[in-house]
Amino acid sequence: MSVHMPTTVDEAVALLADNPGARLLSGGTDTMVEVNFNHLKPETVIGLRRVESLRDYRVSSERIEIGAGVPYSRMETGPLADALPALAAAARTVGSPQIRAAGTLGGNLGTCSPAGDGLPVLAALDADVNLRSPRGLRSVPFAEFMVGVKRNSRLADEIIESVSIVPTRGYQDYAKVGVRNAMVISVASVCFVHDRNTASVRIALGAVGPTIIRAREAESWLTGQVDAAATLPNDENIASEFARRVAAEARPIDDHRSTSAYRRHAIQTLARRLYIRSTK
Amino acid sequence: MNDTTGFYELVVNGKKREVRDSWVGESLLYVLRERLGLMGSKGACEQGECGSCTVLLDGDAVCSCLVLAATATDSEVVTVEGLAADGAPTDVQKAFVEHGAVQCGFCTPGLIVAVHHLLDRNPDPSAIEVKEALSGNICRCTGYGRIFAAVETVVAIRKGAGK
Ligand SMILES: Cc1cc2nc3c(=O)[nH]c(=O)nc-3n(C[C@H](O)[C@H](O)[C@H](O)COP(=O)(O)OP(=O)(O)OC[C@H]3O[C@@H](n4cnc5c(N)ncnc54)[C@H](O)[C@@H]3O)c2cc1C
Ligand code: FES
Ligand code: FES
Repeated sequence: MSVHMPTTVDEAVALLADNPGARLLSGGTDTMVEVNFNHLKPETVIGLRRVESLRDYRVSSERIEIGAGVPYSRMETGPLADALPALAAAARTVGSPQIRAAGTLGGNLGTCSPAGDGLPVLAALDADVNLRSPRGLRSVPFAEFMVGVKRNSRLADEIIESVSIVPTRGYQDYAKVGVRNAMVISVASVCFVHDRNTASVRIALGAVGPTIIRAREAESWLTGQVDAAATLPNDENIASEFARRVAAEARPIDDHRSTSAYRRHAIQTLARRLYIRSTK
Repeated sequence: MNDTTGFYELVVNGKKREVRDSWVGESLLYVLRERLGLMGSKGACEQGECGSCTVLLDGDAVCSCLVLAATATDSEVVTVEGLAADGAPTDVQKAFVEHGAVQCGFCTPGLIVAVHHLLDRNPDPSAIEVKEALSGNICRCTGYGRIFAAVETVVAIRKGAGK
């Protein structure tokens, strides 16, 4: 086994091309659990910790770009949190301070668990995932990136370089249900984004399907009822009907973490709650 | 490029340390304890859940069980041993002892590192900030009350000393 520590993305891409099947390692919080328990014995590891450009983000009024190696701790506060409150809220729910200091969005995308807390935010914000390979840069909408439980459309020689997001204007938030407050994998989660610029409401559901689910029918029902270019009305009937429709689009299963009935109920409650919060 | 196979150097508590004849998949926790003889950091879960292995990596408090040691070659690692470099206990360690926050002691090294890390960045944390900062460190003995009391005492003493 050998370990490479490139310092630029181009170097990392070249190393991956020369070592097909090498394991990319960002924060290590998913990978090292597998290594420690002997589920994984990589031949070659390409560590990305020292690639400075991956650990950078840029916020402008047209575009927000977040490097794949930015840890959650840097999303919780500061310019990124100001620009993307939903991402900050999601980041704060991840693991513990130690996990958030190491874990990254690139790793969340690499693993692509339906319970990954960064993913509903990327889905609701219509983020693009930017992939770098010897052929150059390829941008994939998040909805086409995640294709199943722990499956994504990254090609074997591609490195996730960053995600890009068009800033929205209006309320956005993320809410998650789990068995306790800290260190908990999501049982159900909702990201709610109201964008007055495009007069849209976008809602994405985590841990209730094989991929992150966008409740598109509920979204278009809602924009047919209200003027989404303005603040949404504080109306109980609209909130409840919207939440009912959102929950109908979830595809939850029974597993060791929860039942499908509870998950659907949780989605409905969170969707209603976030809608009402958005009106205030 | 830095290609590592079996031999590499780490900087631990300010000193260069050679790691030889190791499997390169070893975690930093394993290397600290089994290769470098630094037994302060504890291993309980080896999956990031308990915090007993907490160290500082380039100033961030992380779980050393989740760091591939061979990727830490150009980083500064500080373990609990590095906090009390001259052998005398730190103010945080003293307060833990005085408050009975050390019972079986297994969680203690990780908590001491986490508390130093918190107070270095936030000298006057609120109760909720302390809880949040220590939420990745699990203690099965104390019920946490004594740990929070110890942190409060350190904050008060440091504030008094600053005046
Ligand atoms: C105790 C604990 C608690 C956790 N709690 C949560 C939680 O609450 N919510 C949550 O969502 N997750 C949680 N996780 C899972 C994990 O922390 C996240 O998925 C995190 O985002 C992984 O990021 P990483 O950088 O550490 O990934 P790594 O382990 O470094 O990588 C994960 C995968 O992504 C690939 N990869 C990494 N970077 C790239 C890249 N740039 N290009 C291509 N592939 C790449 C790797 O090859 C690997 O397959 C937890 C983990 C632990 C150990
Ligand atoms: S041993 Fe590392 S967190 Fe438990
Ligand atoms: S003192 Fe025993 S686990 Fe904390």
